[in-house]
Amino acid sequence: MLNQIRRTPNLLALIIVSAALAVLPLTTQNNYILTIFILVGQFTIITVGLSLLMGYAGQISLGQATFYGIGAYTMAILSARFELSPWLSLLAGVILAAAVAYLVGLLIFRLHGHYLAMATLGMNVILFLILTQEVEWTGGPSGFRGVPDLSLGSFTFSSDLHYYYLMWFFTLIVIALSLNIVNSRVGRAMRALHTSEVAAEAVGIDTNAFKLKVFALSAAYGGLAGGLHATYLGFMSPGSFTINVSIELVVMAVVGGLASVWGAMFGAGAVLAIEQYLRTAIKSLIPNASGEHEIIAFGLILMLIMIFMPQGLFAGLVTAVRQRRTVFRKP
Amino acid sequence: MSLQDQLLQFLLSGITLGSIYALIALGFVTIYNVTGIINFAQGEFAVYGAFMAITVFQESRLLSGNVAVNLGWSLPASALFGVVITALLGLLLYRLAIQTARHASALSMIIITIGAAFVLRGAALLVWGTDPSRLPVFTKGSPFKIAGAILTRQSVWVVGVTAVLLVLLYLFFNHTLTGKALRACSINPGAARLMGINTKRMALLAFGLSAAVTAVAGIVIVPSTFMTYDRGLTLSLKGFVAAIVGGMSSPVGAVVGGLLLGVLEAFSAGLLSSGYKDAISFIVLFIVLAARIGGLLRGRAIVAEQAGL
Repeated sequence: MLNQIRRTPNLLALIIVSAALAVLPLTTQNNYILTIFILVGQFTIITVGLSLLMGYAGQISLGQATFYGIGAYTMAILSARFELSPWLSLLAGVILAAAVAYLVGLLIFRLHGHYLAMATLGMNVILFLILTQEVEWTGGPSGFRGVPDLSLGSFTFSSDLHYYYLMWFFTLIVIALSLNIVNSRVGRAMRALHTSEVAAEAVGIDTNAFKLKVFALSAAYGGLAGGLHATYLGFMSPGSFTINVSIELVVMAVVGGLASVWGAMFGAGAVLAIEQYLRTAIKSLIPNASGEHEIIAFGLILMLIMIFMPQGLFAGLVTAVRQRRTVFRKP
Repeated sequence: MSLQDQLLQFLLSGITLGSIYALIALGFVTIYNVTGIINFAQGEFAVYGAFMAITVFQESRLLSGNVAVNLGWSLPASALFGVVITALLGLLLYRLAIQTARHASALSMIIITIGAAFVLRGAALLVWGTDPSRLPVFTKGSPFKIAGAILTRQSVWVVGVTAVLLVLLYLFFNHTLTGKALRACSINPGAARLMGINTKRMALLAFGLSAAVTAVAGIVIVPSTFMTYDRGLTLSLKGFVAAIVGGMSSPVGAVVGGLLLGVLEAFSAGLLSSGYKDAISFIVLFIVLAARIGGLLRGRAIVAEQAGL
């Protein structure tokens, strides 16, 4: 796996990012920053998958929070109700999320056009209804409590610091795995698919099979993030898995640029930062404001980036910097 | 109430509900046919139509109570105002976003309309807040009794307005030059342009017309249900499923799809479980997609897509 990463500057980037993330907790005693970074890691995992799906399969999922929710509730129900090992429950959530995506994809990808967008939205609505209606299993609208912590031997992950390292351990694995896929034969096939589906088919790529695999992989990432979310907080409610969350994930992928693994991390971080900022800013601007005013900003970001910078903010900035450099190099 | 009366009751409420879905589906199809875009902001037009009408009709407090409006317009004038302003919003959406990005991929277009939906929803939240509001019924009076079932006067309005609108649209599409030009754009934009039809103007018109039709849907339902700023998404989804069931490209199909969906929803909410009422339309969507019949009315769009057009 490392062979393929080594050929690109990605390995270096991976080492630098890992090192920076490893020392970050040593530089701050602030728990708030730690929790924000745990969130960034968690959303990066999902966004990487969505970015691959949108960038390579040319399909958009407006229900990625469904897989996130499936992962979280599978983890919760299996480990808390059936007292299955938390690690196995986490794995089960990943597999179930991927299986659901595979089945939905099987139906959708045979049709051309953008049915996946609406179908995934529908999936999200159905999941939300199940989470709020099946109170016996899910705890209903008030949520699910008492998800056990993960442990390794006698060591139990219990503090924010523990989960910070655990979350980023998985996030970096997801990033490394995705970089590897992108730079492999599969990745080249996916890029061909994105450039021209007809041409890809003509050179013998089974485009539907690839789309299905990418979709299932993105769902598996979502399931993983969900399971980790559940065990980290020990509590969750259906409100964390709504369509708005799905759209927020799309904003992250769009800001990071489609088909960009590193961009996904940037996108997740940027959008979470914007969201935190806006929430406080709006509160001070309109004191009695209730509700999700930040969606105006998200909507505007989506429209502006897609109109003026379809390759994404991250890729746009990178290109801009590179162009600058070449300009300066010229004598 | 006997079972028979109950079933009739479900049918009547289903048709009323279905008329709303039909109007939204019509909006979807109008834009999709002329521009090939699936407009995820469609349901927001219904929300804006309703809120605009409510704002000029009754005393309203806007922007978290900072602005008080008390225009007291008559109901017909308010309804007209709602439709016209929403149509203008549709034109604006096309001019500002869609036309600026007209070389974007289908994926980018979808994301742009999702962005537009979010901006519109957020703006509605900002202006009208989270409180639900509604209009009075169009005509007062006791409901009609048909056999053992009850039909409210507002339901008659909903179905009647839908029917009248359908006739008008039919006449427009088949008996006016502009309507024929719009149809030409949906059949073959390239050829239409060669024949001297300004396809950009037609796309603009499609957005305005579609927004107006969907705004009507929003206005005729607010006397029977409360409108809130966040209802656009659900309305979009239902309208889209109706349009898909009807084959996505046919206005008649959209209406049939809407009515079918409405009736199905009313029956399943009444006979099965009302908690999962909103899931019905998606189960229908999955079944339709699984059956791969591309809509009950054999949509031309699907066939054309498969032929690579």
